[in-house]
Amino acid sequence: MDISLQQVEYRYQVNSPFEHLALEDVSIDIPSGTYLAIIGHTGSGKSTILQHLNAILKPTKGKVIIGDQEVTNAKKQKNLKSIRKKVGIVFQFPEHQLFEETVEKDICFGPMNFGVSESEAKRRAREAILQVGLSEEILAKSPFDLSGGQMRRVAIAGVLAMEPDVIVLDEPTAGLDPRGRKEIMDMFYRLHKDRNLSTILVTHSMEDAALYADQIVVMHQGKVFKKGSPREIFQSPVGLMELGLDVPEVVRFQNKLEDTFHVKFSKTCVTLEELTEEIHRLFKKVGELT
Amino acid sequence: MMEKMIIGRYIPVESPLHRMDPRAKLMIVFLFVCIVFLANNAITYGILAVYTFLMVFASKVPFRYIMGGLKIVFWLILFTMILHLFLTKEGDILFQWGWFTVYEGGLRQGIFISMRFFLLILMTSLLTLTTTPIEITDGLEELLGPLKKFKFPVHELALMMSISLRFIPTLMDETDKIMKAQTARGVDFSGGTIKERINSIIPLLIPLFISSFKRAEELAVAMEARGYRGGEGRTKYRLLQWSLLDTGMLILLALVTLLLAVFRM
Repeated sequence: MDISLQQVEYRYQVNSPFEHLALEDVSIDIPSGTYLAIIGHTGSGKSTILQHLNAILKPTKGKVIIGDQEVTNAKKQKNLKSIRKKVGIVFQFPEHQLFEETVEKDICFGPMNFGVSESEAKRRAREAILQVGLSEEILAKSPFDLSGGQMRRVAIAGVLAMEPDVIVLDEPTAGLDPRGRKEIMDMFYRLHKDRNLSTILVTHSMEDAALYADQIVVMHQGKVFKKGSPREIFQSPVGLMELGLDVPEVVRFQNKLEDTFHVKFSKTCVTLEELTEEIHRLFKKVGELT
Repeated sequence: MMEKMIIGRYIPVESPLHRMDPRAKLMIVFLFVCIVFLANNAITYGILAVYTFLMVFASKVPFRYIMGGLKIVFWLILFTMILHLFLTKEGDILFQWGWFTVYEGGLRQGIFISMRFFLLILMTSLLTLTTTPIEITDGLEELLGPLKKFKFPVHELALMMSISLRFIPTLMDETDKIMKAQTARGVDFSGGTIKERINSIIPLLIPLFISSFKRAEELAVAMEARGYRGGEGRTKYRLLQWSLLDTGMLILLALVTLLLAVFRM
């Protein structure tokens, strides 16, 4: 499902002393099947964009087109539920949304709200719990008896069980240990590939953005600062660093290497594999010369 | 979704009301709550209204903003008004429509009581809009200080109050977040039948309770870690300053009280 934001503006708390502009003239196209990463500082408008993606917020100006539906400020819309069925959001610290007596009921909650039958919801719950790397026994437990990491996975399973076409992730790994992080990110990537989903990832981690995304949008003070593929974005680290944003370790390493040895690699490497290959090639070249 | 609520919210602007000593403000609000009951006719209610709007003006908080935030309260006021229209049967009959009769006394009573309610809420909101929770607590602790002699837990009470006030906005934000998360999972908070609406509250309230308990525990641990051992022997970092403005404001309220006493029937 294609999503497109067109000249979106969003103001918080209009007509109050707290009114402020959170998004200004934001246009982003997310064709079906894209893995898009949105990066930026706290307060740059990342999370506000994310809430536009399933019409939880409506733009104060401009429009958001989700599939064949258009969301604007103007009209009250009844069929928002069909949008929310197709766009699943995993909010920051999703474990805060758990409330049912058992894990199974909690995972079934979303699908059943969207009219899925109980038996089908239970089937999906079993599938989802395995997907997030937990065992089926956990389905019968109370979500509040689980560890923090397990609660996170259960909450994610609750969104996956809705079987959305688009999955939106707001810092899904914040507060997890490094291994849990990698497992969850890899799981989302597999899902993205297997089910041909669109995935939108809001993150602070440049490594994750470089590793998984096809497209990156850099947000700064409510505006789109830069868009492009990871290679394009990280090619010129200077601009990013001026915003106080990091570049992936791999890119930093390559830049240091190039500076120190006065060499130039053929391209900006964004993954460890690419960098290893480039360095290997360089060594071979040096070997041939001497 | 909840961002419009103003109860318990502090608005940081520069105004005479913001500069006042919290003790004076607390005293004024307390006295105001008492003298509201003195009013019993159009003139006295008029005096109270003028006084209240003067205070709103002095607070420099935009009037439209306050009104927007009190929208929920208006329903309550409307409800009391209708109740009075129905139930008070005094004076002449104004009009009759089937079994529904409106008496003159009922209309007057309805208007007066709603007005009283409205003014009370406006004044108490002004207190929290212009005073930080910490100031309110300090003021209250000082004012109630003499009660310590009778073993009244003044400090604990003040602490409890400041914690609840402090966490109102936090709880609101939290409610907003959970509402959004559940909306994304297909809960409809704004539509549906009454039964559906009541059902939709459960996925909101349970996470809210759980996070409140967690937060309470964390707060208690954090306070003890920083050496909190109750009010005994605790010194004050912020000292309250009584100024001419505070005396002036109290005198103004005394004058209003006098006027009320003169003009009431």
